[in-house]
Amino acid sequence: MKHESLEKNATLLLIFSFLVVTVGGLVQIAPLFYLQNTIESVEGMRPYTPLELAGRNVYVREGCYVCHSQMIRPFRDEVERYGHYSLAAESQFDHPFQWGSKRTGPDLARVGNKYSDDWHREHLMNPRNVVPESVMPGYAYLMNKEVKIAGFGKHLATLNLTANNGKGNMYSDEQVASAEADLQAQATGVDADAMLARYPKSQARDFDGQPAKVTEMDALIAYLQMMGTLVDFSTFKTEVEPR
Amino acid sequence: MATKIERDEISGTDTTGHEWDGIKELNTPLPKWWLYTFYACVIWALGYTVFYPAWPMISGATPGVLGYSSRAELVKTVDVAKAAQKENLDKIAAASVEDILKDEKLLAFARAGGAAAFKVNCVQCHGAGAAGSVGYPNLNDDDWLWGGQPEQIHTTLKNGIRYVQNADTRVMDMPVFGPDPANGNAAVLKPEEIASVANFVMTLSGGEADAAKAAAGKELYATNCASCHGDTGLGNKDMGAPNLTDKIWLYGGKIENVEAQISKPRVGVMPAWSARLDEATIKQLAVYVHALGGGEAPVAQ
Repeated sequence: MKHESLEKNATLLLIFSFLVVTVGGLVQIAPLFYLQNTIESVEGMRPYTPLELAGRNVYVREGCYVCHSQMIRPFRDEVERYGHYSLAAESQFDHPFQWGSKRTGPDLARVGNKYSDDWHREHLMNPRNVVPESVMPGYAYLMNKEVKIAGFGKHLATLNLTANNGKGNMYSDEQVASAEADLQAQATGVDADAMLARYPKSQARDFDGQPAKVTEMDALIAYLQMMGTLVDFSTFKTEVEPR
Repeated sequence: MATKIERDEISGTDTTGHEWDGIKELNTPLPKWWLYTFYACVIWALGYTVFYPAWPMISGATPGVLGYSSRAELVKTVDVAKAAQKENLDKIAAASVEDILKDEKLLAFARAGGAAAFKVNCVQCHGAGAAGSVGYPNLNDDDWLWGGQPEQIHTTLKNGIRYVQNADTRVMDMPVFGPDPANGNAAVLKPEEIASVANFVMTLSGGEADAAKAAAGKELYATNCASCHGDTGLGNKDMGAPNLTDKIWLYGGKIENVEAQISKPRVGVMPAWSARLDEATIKQLAVYVHALGGGEAPVAQ
């Protein structure tokens, strides 16, 4: 068949274009849906607590991902600096994920429990207070901005609709129903036992030094202090086979 | 569409023979070097799919002849680096910090390793030059809150300060002398008494102070402060009570800073690094911090 007949026949051109695109799709997209070994199941991962989720929303809103990555690549220099390389499963509850692509600041994938709450508060209010050479903007107003707690359960329910990973709901009915109470409990540390049971390995305390109110600073620090702490790498067995 | 190839008179180039509504196209092919580079890339790509993981199959992708994976590669490079450092790291992990200081070769290794670990873990609070800032101690001077002997620095690094997640952490909480919200806003000292004590404290390091107030504060200091900070204000490193006779202030050296610190003391938190770093790294850090300028000579207990 001459190329000329393809160029002169719109229907034929359409059919052949479709065939070309199909090959690309079959090779690149379709395998992700059936290849089980592209999904590594990892013990310890859980959805974000309501307070962490509120903090993550602040993180996304303020564009932290523009300067901070959350992706430790499997290279020696990164692993020695930041800790174990990131696993795909560690982003499974991120919609959208916050891997980022630029490091003006350091990677944050395992920043959890590395610094004290005081340090984070001081640093977020004015980074120059603790890191004189920092070029990061200050976010002092987060101290005054209270988290909108009312109706937070609906936020969790919405995430259930958009992101169920094909494995059932992200949040249980119980977690959705108690979202507001859990948020309050985690940000104050008062009566937090039920919340800590619902979200293993979570931390409940007053994060921003203002016990009277639940601010976005509470939320953001709670989120930062959790990052990369869920998977226990002392027991996690690294799979090094080609995949 | 005609298929007659003609020569264009102006450019001297043949046409492709295509013609759309009277518009003809000149046949100017890509340079040969470009074309052959392109073919070479195609062949290289095919070879790549043979050697490296590539084609998706039913239960997994083809592993490639080389069996490469980025994770295995990482394990290999880390193992090579660890093997190169193993001898020294093992010695450091087994030795006490004081012994490392005596061994010249080990000391050089530990200082370099400590400097690298310091950049990753410590500069965020203590600063790139270890000079600290308000609330975060300067590590270059010879003023130590919990002691500047090698083993004392090692203990501080290992267990942290007021780091509640660690059972052996160093704990010192200065009492609140002003109105205490946790105690119904009851105050140990009245505002004018706090001002007097603050003025007296200023005199300890030869700072500017109101002589009358300072005289009044002397008695109050003896009853309220001397038990921790000492009769002469030299502090107590066993309990983290700062030395008040030097001009080194963690939360500011103005009279109002000192008053604020007495009224409602601020305290800092240092993480316990044993939860995050291995023993050899912590010891290297201890050696490095000890060498920063203010390290005290070990004293036999």
